[in-house]
Amino acid sequence: MITLIKRRGSYYFLAVSLATLYLYSQSANITTSVFSIAVTFAMPLALAAMVGIMCERTGIVNIGIEGTLLLSSFVAFYVAIAAKSILIGFVAAMATGVAMSLLLALMSVTWKMDQIIAGTILNILATGLTSFFYIQGNMLPSMFKQKPIPGLSNLPFFGDVLFKHGLLMYLGFVVIITLYYGLFHTPWGLRTRAVGEHPSSADTAGVSVSRMRYVNVAVAGAIGGLCGSYLVLELVGSWNRGFTAGKGFTALALMIFGRWNPMGALAAAMFFGLAQAGANQLMINGTVNIPPQFVGILPYVMTIIVLAISAGKVRPPAAEGQPYEKGQS
Amino acid sequence: MSKLIDEVKDSRRKYDVGSWIVPIIAVLTAMFVASVLMMIQGLDPMLAYKSLFTTAFGSSEGIAATLGKATPLVLSGLAVTLGLRAGLFNIGVQGQLLTGALASAWAGYALSNLPPLVHIALALSFGFFFGALVGAIAGYLKAFRGVHEVITTIMLNSIVMGIVDYLASNPFKEPDQALTRTPQILESVRLPMFGNFPSGFFLAAALAFLMWWILGFTTTGFRFNTVGRNRFAAWYAGISYKKTIFFAMLFSGGIAGLGGAVETLGITYRFEPAFNLGLGFDGITIALLGRVHPVGIIPGAILIGGMRAGAADMQFDAGVAPELVDLLLAMILFFVTAPLISRFFKNSANRSLTGGWGN
Repeated sequence: MITLIKRRGSYYFLAVSLATLYLYSQSANITTSVFSIAVTFAMPLALAAMVGIMCERTGIVNIGIEGTLLLSSFVAFYVAIAAKSILIGFVAAMATGVAMSLLLALMSVTWKMDQIIAGTILNILATGLTSFFYIQGNMLPSMFKQKPIPGLSNLPFFGDVLFKHGLLMYLGFVVIITLYYGLFHTPWGLRTRAVGEHPSSADTAGVSVSRMRYVNVAVAGAIGGLCGSYLVLELVGSWNRGFTAGKGFTALALMIFGRWNPMGALAAAMFFGLAQAGANQLMINGTVNIPPQFVGILPYVMTIIVLAISAGKVRPPAAEGQPYEKGQS
Repeated sequence: MSKLIDEVKDSRRKYDVGSWIVPIIAVLTAMFVASVLMMIQGLDPMLAYKSLFTTAFGSSEGIAATLGKATPLVLSGLAVTLGLRAGLFNIGVQGQLLTGALASAWAGYALSNLPPLVHIALALSFGFFFGALVGAIAGYLKAFRGVHEVITTIMLNSIVMGIVDYLASNPFKEPDQALTRTPQILESVRLPMFGNFPSGFFLAAALAFLMWWILGFTTTGFRFNTVGRNRFAAWYAGISYKKTIFFAMLFSGGIAGLGGAVETLGITYRFEPAFNLGLGFDGITIALLGRVHPVGIIPGAILIGGMRAGAADMQFDAGVAPELVDLLLAMILFFVTAPLISRFFKNSANRSLTGGWGN
């Protein structure tokens, strides 16, 4: 099974590389810019998927990612304006993400509530709070500027695509790689996965299931805060009602498509980012003439198709969605 | 085995309306917290609530407006309830409702030369049918492809939003108008009024009682409840899990679509994408406020309809943004589902209504 996944992954990689090479030979500038834009589309989706992976690997379903992103991007924006510092806005967004996560953990770990409803509460709460306190017509003092990494940014193609971004983008890559390494190569990762697959075994081995869940969900919230700050402080620069536009939900699909693996989810997010950036480029060229509404629904249609193909074949963490009671088998 | 049978028996107790006290305290607590937030902003909460509720319930015009707002809410609450009873969390009510609203608007203005009653029935069935179609996509993907309905219905919401916006701004657009909206429906298709009161509300309420009867006293209802409570017990009893959830999702979508149709034919008389925003999400709050009981939804829908109807006057009188209602609803949902309150009333709050991705 594992070899099959690996093989399929490498076919996918090979196909994309060949296609890229061909396009690059045709028009180097456009291909580079499409990929560079695709990375900026993919990063928020990938980070949001990391939030889901952190929670679900430890046995908590989090459909409140959308709410976490919405509220943390809102806080990032207004705190950055009030404090005249985007760095303080960023820190406040992380704190907001953690607070949202702790609320989720309180509802689903301590109160043993239905986790899907707990996540829905986060979403509706974030929508209510942000639309009530929203004030129009504010400007950020500054944004996270593009900081090319010396040396690496001079590489052909990859330099432009990967190493000419802002600070939060690089931080995002670090988080994803750390999470991948942490989940599969450290004792913490083993414990996390054990708690998500078979909590009573983890409990018997001396791992505190509820503490593990609280800590992981809280860290996931911080990642959500990073994602929200990236969106508002580095990518877009302004905030309006419904700012996150369902990215938190798309991320859940990417998490499933990526088999609850950070690298898988990153690849899936890249695929989505490319599709969107490519569609935009086709629109700009005037190659195709599609109504803008249909370009807008492309990511959602892709999500459904991707899930219809992959969902039945992947297996989520076994203990996901179930509250843990000591002594249960 | 006896454990399974107990769990099925338990499904009756699970939706006991005896716990009506919890929703009331939840609403009051949410209003209290919201009043603290208003005071932080330097606003007068007493004035705001007074304005909100006298507008909504203080006069017969106010009550008529409230019932008008409550009508689609009853149906969207019912749609969520039906799903939850079968163990499905239909967050897609919003999209199904929009589809139904547009379909019935089209039937209302594009078809003509029909007897009024036939025309109304046809427009309503258009709403039901297209809502059911959107629900059935999610139902099919859940039952036969194993894709969780929460993701598909959310994605379908956005997809429907895009398609409906396209249709209302291109082929179905009112000619020579800047706004994105369809032409008005014919006078003869409008749902009649009983005095001041919209007849659609009584239709919706009748449907709520019908669903209470179906879920409580028929084999179909028993199937839904059993599948929702324990799919393995359902399998043991010879109930087809796949068929049941497919049809639960289909009917849930149909009821939501009917909600959109009743809104179009009884209140707005045309389709405009911005009209129906948020109705589907209010349905979730209403369903849980009504303790997932079809008849329990009616008072919840009237309360929330009243808040929606009074929000504009509240802004005028007390300077409070109408989005306060969204915030109130979020907190009501939190307090009614969190075991904070119910724990004092020995109500078993630790129940699972939905399943994880794997189920």
